[in-house]
Amino acid sequence: MTSTTLDPGAPTAGERDLTYSEAVREAIGQAMEADDRVFMLGEDIGVYGGAFGVSGDLFHRFGGERIRDTPISELGIVGAAVGAALAGMRPIVEIQFSDFTNQAMDQIVNQAAKIHYMLGGAASVPMVLRAPLGSGTGAAAQHSQSLEAWFAHVPGLKVVMPATPADAKGLLLSAIDDPNPVIFLEHKLLYRTSGPVPVEPLRVPLGRTAVHRRGADLTVVATGVMVSRALDAAAVLTDEGVDVSVLDPRTLTPLDDAPILEDVSRTGRALLVQEAPGHAGFTAEIAARITESPTLYRLLAPVRRLSGLDAPIPYAPQLERASVPQVDDIVDAALTLMKES
Amino acid sequence: MTSAPLADAGRARHALLTMWTIRRFEEAVDDLFARGLMHGTMHLSIGQEASATGACMALRSDDAITSTHRGHGHCIGKGADLTRMMAELLAKETGYCRGRGGSMHIADVATGNLGANGIVAGGIPIATGAALAYQLRGEDRVVACFFGDGAANEGAFHEAVNLAAIWKLPVVFICENNKYGMSFSTEKSMAVAHVADRASAYGIPGVTVDGNDVEAVHAAVADAVSRARSGAGPTLVENVTYRWKGHSKSDKNLYRTKEEIAEWRALDPIVRFEAVVQERGLLDEAAVQAVRDEAMQAMREAVRAANAAPDADPSDLLDAVFAPA
Ligand SMILES: Cc1ncc(C[n+]2csc(CCOP(=O)(O)OP(=O)(O)O)c2C)c(N)n1
Ligand SMILES: [Mg+2]
Repeated sequence: MTSTTLDPGAPTAGERDLTYSEAVREAIGQAMEADDRVFMLGEDIGVYGGAFGVSGDLFHRFGGERIRDTPISELGIVGAAVGAALAGMRPIVEIQFSDFTNQAMDQIVNQAAKIHYMLGGAASVPMVLRAPLGSGTGAAAQHSQSLEAWFAHVPGLKVVMPATPADAKGLLLSAIDDPNPVIFLEHKLLYRTSGPVPVEPLRVPLGRTAVHRRGADLTVVATGVMVSRALDAAAVLTDEGVDVSVLDPRTLTPLDDAPILEDVSRTGRALLVQEAPGHAGFTAEIAARITESPTLYRLLAPVRRLSGLDAPIPYAPQLERASVPQVDDIVDAALTLMKES
Repeated sequence: MTSAPLADAGRARHALLTMWTIRRFEEAVDDLFARGLMHGTMHLSIGQEASATGACMALRSDDAITSTHRGHGHCIGKGADLTRMMAELLAKETGYCRGRGGSMHIADVATGNLGANGIVAGGIPIATGAALAYQLRGEDRVVACFFGDGAANEGAFHEAVNLAAIWKLPVVFICENNKYGMSFSTEKSMAVAHVADRASAYGIPGVTVDGNDVEAVHAAVADAVSRARSGAGPTLVENVTYRWKGHSKSDKNLYRTKEEIAEWRALDPIVRFEAVVQERGLLDEAAVQAVRDEAMQAMREAVRAANAAPDADPSDLLDAVFAPA
């Protein structure tokens, strides 16, 4: 068999094509229509429409009270969201580049993530922090990082990385509903990609791995923009006679590892692909889960990780491309893995 | 009292040439970008040339600066090599950062430019720390710290200015207030009229200057530099100016009017200074034209030389992650 697409959150209602950024915007708009507690704050999200155009016309639809432009004060605005969430609102913060979550780390890590626990469950912080991540735009080292593993390492934060427009919409709606702080990481290169998205505000639950295709020979687990690169690589590999599965955990926390372990048990080979640097990266967690489970005994070859270089993202386009996995790199890694067994 | 204005022909010529060089550099970048020959993003300082020029001319060559994402003018003002700047933007191995940094990360440590910064307000604590080093070593060097109006709303600004104030560090905080942080106007982002009004909260002097008047900028920064060098501590200088172009390549200018842009274009700092030097008889029309030609020539040569340089090489991307032991 070649490609069975099996998406556990798969919608059945009416769909039409939207871009990834339109899908995010639609989710915010539907959540704001349904619930007065939902509002958004961030830099240049008003008339400007957002640094990546995601908030678009929301300012004109909902006004400046609820689509609230802020000064350049990330610590202040994330802190304000934490406070508003504690006081019963459902804030969505947009940070212009996920790199600037660094300015707000105290509020994210020391405050939002821990309040529910520290207070013995007496209060919660239902907020969403949306931020674009990743390289590919020539914005260099301070605007191109993939810091998802940092957030996944902090108990109390949920971490979401949608790879398709439908997931962007469905997962964001779930993130807004969630009573916990959710870090929602959107890949910049995906904003203009399009795909079918349900019209209705259908939720894609957090913590459900998506199976984009099933193959007999090898399991590719990929996150973010690497999902589409893995699917492109899968098509090339089919011509080479190698039949691969492509799975996307979609949420790093909570992590739905069962479908991954099951698929790797079946194929016997695991190739884990991320854009972030490999050293202490998120796919190391997946590798550990494989080796800590009986799936270990089913492996026909060692688990292989394919990651970005352990270096900052450079500016020059040829250097930037060479710093993170491309389709060819995934194909090569898969073929090498096939030869190892 | 203010120090001497740019009163002699030599300094006036230098100021005019620096402003024209910045203008031509920015126009070249704009053009290369529009033609798809340049990658990434960029933030142009057209309209703000007097601020970088007047401030840098008040510094000694061994003084330092920290710069911003809108930093080409500061870099040129401090004496950087145009070809190496252009080579960096064109992703060449001969660029200031060997293609790794791009526009937002150009530094030229040799001329005292500790670097542009992609992080709004990122350079403000760094300038403060460099000034601390000079003070600790008993050197009479000064740091000029450039940042925007928007940066003044970051926590880093508050913490760094307070440290510099309590330790009387030799740093001059130069806010280039171009009225917007991206789309957000200072009327909306601050409840005080001027960034310089905040100086009193730190117990340091604050002055607001016509940032399109290169002599006024120079005088205010020169005063602040001598104060810093004498051990009296930091000053907050606010240069009120305007950026003619959008914030970056993706700006549709939805947040400001055409009329406002036109009003500020009429206050062109270069046109104003050309009139001043001619009125005073420092340079005649032919001498002014020669300055313009020289800037244009220098720019053309920089683009030509940068284009001819080898592309940045992806074969050794790990070599600069750590400094060698
Ligand atoms: C910490 C941080 N937040 C946001 C940004 C995105 N950003 C880049 S420049 C800019 C506006 C800065 O305004 P200002 O300080 O006034 O400088 P100007 O662009 O006007 O020169 C913003 C919001 C950033 N680079 N860093
Ligand atoms: Mg500004």
